[in-house]
Amino acid sequence: MKTTNNNYDVIIIGGGVVGCAVARELSRYKLNVALLEKEADVGWGISCRNSGVVHSGFNYKPGTLRAQLCVEGNRSFAKLCQELDVPYKKIGKVVVAQKKEEVEELKRLKVQGEKNGVEELEIIDSDKLKRLEPNVKGIAALYSPETAITSPYLLTIALAENALNNAVSFFLNTKVKSITRLRNSDFRITTNKGEFTSSYVINSAGLYSDKVAHMVEKDKYRIYPCRGEYYVLDKNASWIINRLIYPVPKAVSGGLGIHFTPTIDKNILIGPSNEYIKQKDNLSTTSQIMKLLSAEAQKFLPLISSRDIIRSYSGIRAKQAPSSESGYWDFVIEESNSVNNFINLIGIESPGLASAQPIAKKVVEIIKRKENLKTNSNFKPFRKGILRFEEQDEKTKIALIKQDPNYGEIVCRCEKVTKKEILEAANNPLGARSLISIKYRTRAMMGRCQGGYCLPRIMELLKERYELTPQEITLKGEHSYLLTGYRSDEVSI
Amino acid sequence: MIQKKEVVIIGGGAAGLAAAVACHQKGIEDILIIERGDYLGGILNQCIHDGFGLEKFNTSLTGPEYAQRYIDKVANRKIPFLLNSMVIGLTPQKEVVVVNSQGLQHYRAKVIILAMGCRERTRGAISIPGTRPSGIYTAGVAQELINLKNYMVGEKIVVLGSGDIGLIMARRLSLEGAEVIMVAEKLPYSSGLPRNINQCLYDFDIPLLLSHTVVDIEGNGRLSGVTIAQLGKRGGIIPGSKRKITCDTLLLSVGLIPENELSREAGITLDNITGGPQVDERGQTSIPGIFSCGNVLQVHDIVDNVSLEAEYIVEGVIEYLKGKLTKERKIKVELGNGLRYVVPQTLIRVKDIIFSFRVNQPGRKKILLFEDGIRLIKKKSLQRVNPAEMIRIKLSSKELEGIKRLKVKLV
Repeated sequence: MKTTNNNYDVIIIGGGVVGCAVARELSRYKLNVALLEKEADVGWGISCRNSGVVHSGFNYKPGTLRAQLCVEGNRSFAKLCQELDVPYKKIGKVVVAQKKEEVEELKRLKVQGEKNGVEELEIIDSDKLKRLEPNVKGIAALYSPETAITSPYLLTIALAENALNNAVSFFLNTKVKSITRLRNSDFRITTNKGEFTSSYVINSAGLYSDKVAHMVEKDKYRIYPCRGEYYVLDKNASWIINRLIYPVPKAVSGGLGIHFTPTIDKNILIGPSNEYIKQKDNLSTTSQIMKLLSAEAQKFLPLISSRDIIRSYSGIRAKQAPSSESGYWDFVIEESNSVNNFINLIGIESPGLASAQPIAKKVVEIIKRKENLKTNSNFKPFRKGILRFEEQDEKTKIALIKQDPNYGEIVCRCEKVTKKEILEAANNPLGARSLISIKYRTRAMMGRCQGGYCLPRIMELLKERYELTPQEITLKGEHSYLLTGYRSDEVSI
Repeated sequence: MIQKKEVVIIGGGAAGLAAAVACHQKGIEDILIIERGDYLGGILNQCIHDGFGLEKFNTSLTGPEYAQRYIDKVANRKIPFLLNSMVIGLTPQKEVVVVNSQGLQHYRAKVIILAMGCRERTRGAISIPGTRPSGIYTAGVAQELINLKNYMVGEKIVVLGSGDIGLIMARRLSLEGAEVIMVAEKLPYSSGLPRNINQCLYDFDIPLLLSHTVVDIEGNGRLSGVTIAQLGKRGGIIPGSKRKITCDTLLLSVGLIPENELSREAGITLDNITGGPQVDERGQTSIPGIFSCGNVLQVHDIVDNVSLEAEYIVEGVIEYLKGKLTKERKIKVELGNGLRYVVPQTLIRVKDIIFSFRVNQPGRKKILLFEDGIRLIKKKSLQRVNPAEMIRIKLSSKELEGIKRLKVKLV
């Protein structure tokens, strides 16, 4: 195996859930693998900005990769989360019809789901719907007990950490500028952090996968950014629903409709909307869409109050289907025809989260067809996450504080995150050191006060841990400095 | 093991300290104050401007000085307190679970006084559209960073909301050399005290734009600008009024929310308008023996009133401990025209009672009327009313004698 600096067998471009899953799958083999991520942490693209749903697979056209990999991914998801110590809950989903004509569509979805191999789908009447979801308005529903939820960013982080532990190299803040081919047919990847070479390139650049593909093969793919905005509700509202509540999807649409998602942390998400936009990095939320989200909430769940809103955000789908056509194109998971050893993962929109591991396995298959891969006998499938004090029973809590008094200091009052957890997050193995990295790892700052109490404390802990100047403390990496410096430092007497 | 206490006070800020001292003065010695911060005094410690204590001490003090007066009293009286200790559980049986570096402690108290204060409303809660860069702070967080940690949050600043902390921070950051471009207020009137508008904005040539709000936020790393717009009478954006302001910081002073997560957990009935517990005339919540005072009960504009309120409710605490606080009758205070809320919401006895109100909108030459459905109980002329200023009025037991109902309105 190659050992020189920045010289790898496989380089993965993009540290979203798919890129990180690929990194982990590849670490099962004796390969020298690196992952390049342009942001200051993994999972900051689509992977942290979706509903966190592990779909069961009835929404997708039979025979497509989306259908096949989603069903496969759904079945193995619990095991994946167990190995990686990531929260997972099979809470089920109802697709709710409010008009008679929508009931036909429910039946069609059920047949489609069964063709895809989804189990236990059931059409339920309004009585049963009322029993399952007393606060939802509807005349019938498709009930899918196999649909689950997870934390998409914790899963991405966990996959990355496990891959790292199995010897994959991670390069954060590393943006690919160009890719050329050397005489020995290796790839030379030029980044803002220097050059890398590799025999294989996996393009899992999400929204920018078309741009990365374009570096070696002109104009083959095009990604259209399609934004979805969400509202996040206070945990106090969590009693309103028990399962995922979806409307009946419209025939021609690029999304599943504005739905209601209980998150693994007991918030409710309302969204996402569905809007093609021009810029891939425009993560704005807009007043028009926020009004629309409120109106949709009124339609299905009139009990939701605007007082429960604690935040809004948006995510951007990486769609291959242009706005004129809408709908979906299937995932592209293939080696380029014209550029050997360049594997494209294009258009991985929903159900990309559920399918992440099966996609990664497919990538391994592609490489296996060409190389004689040797199993890495040192591969460790397990990874431990940061223990959440708040979720422990009283006995454990007492033992934890005894073991480390930092467990006795609650830094984030809303989510009850302790200093110990913040310190563990600040010491994360990937070396991500911005505020958002702490937030995704611990939930600190995600509660109803949105960091009003803990933000200054966490800034201080980060500053101490990494010996930063005030200007070096960032919200989310480069250019997102939080402070402009010290003031009134010198006192003249 | 459960430790028993006479009175447990949750929160060691202005309200909690005043309540503790008042309890001790009345002869209760078995008190415990539980404070989550590193020191007593709460938010007062970061309020280094003066103007505190005018009513209570007849002199103008800074926040830390005001807090110190009470901290000294607590020390002199040797009232026990816990620091760095967070209450993580509260039950209707008045059991409290506390976590700190020593472990978990359980207390059962005869009386619990809720004095947790309030928190700031955030960008998310008011749904300001736009991107999510760094450089957006609530005014209180910015205040903590500059006053307690010596950090500057930015150099070119727009303040949204004219709450008092926003006004104070406009002056504070100007004094530190930042350019405060404007204070925008959504309403046609300010939600801060008139004295703060004069001393913090006009004295520093900072414009106050009424009926203006932020409609967009720009910047991907750090904030690079905001768009403000003028609002019409019905709250809609006036066409053509949008303009972009280049700035690196947006400070939000858009309201305070009483911090009642524990109260909710215990099952205490809350008031939708105040955000605090519904209480009787001595701050007793829907759970007998659990009292509430200060900003967790209703957001105050002057700290002196927080202290006064805390001392006032202790009368009820004493009576409760003596078993004298029986619910002889229950009269709901009915809210009429012109008023946003009233505290207390119910009356259970005939006593001298202090009522707190806020009006719906500013006005001049108003009359506050207390009626019992048949007769006029009290009439009070008010030269000037302002939603920013809490109105406190005392009715004597004599005035309240024999009433069957109580209705308050502003005409």
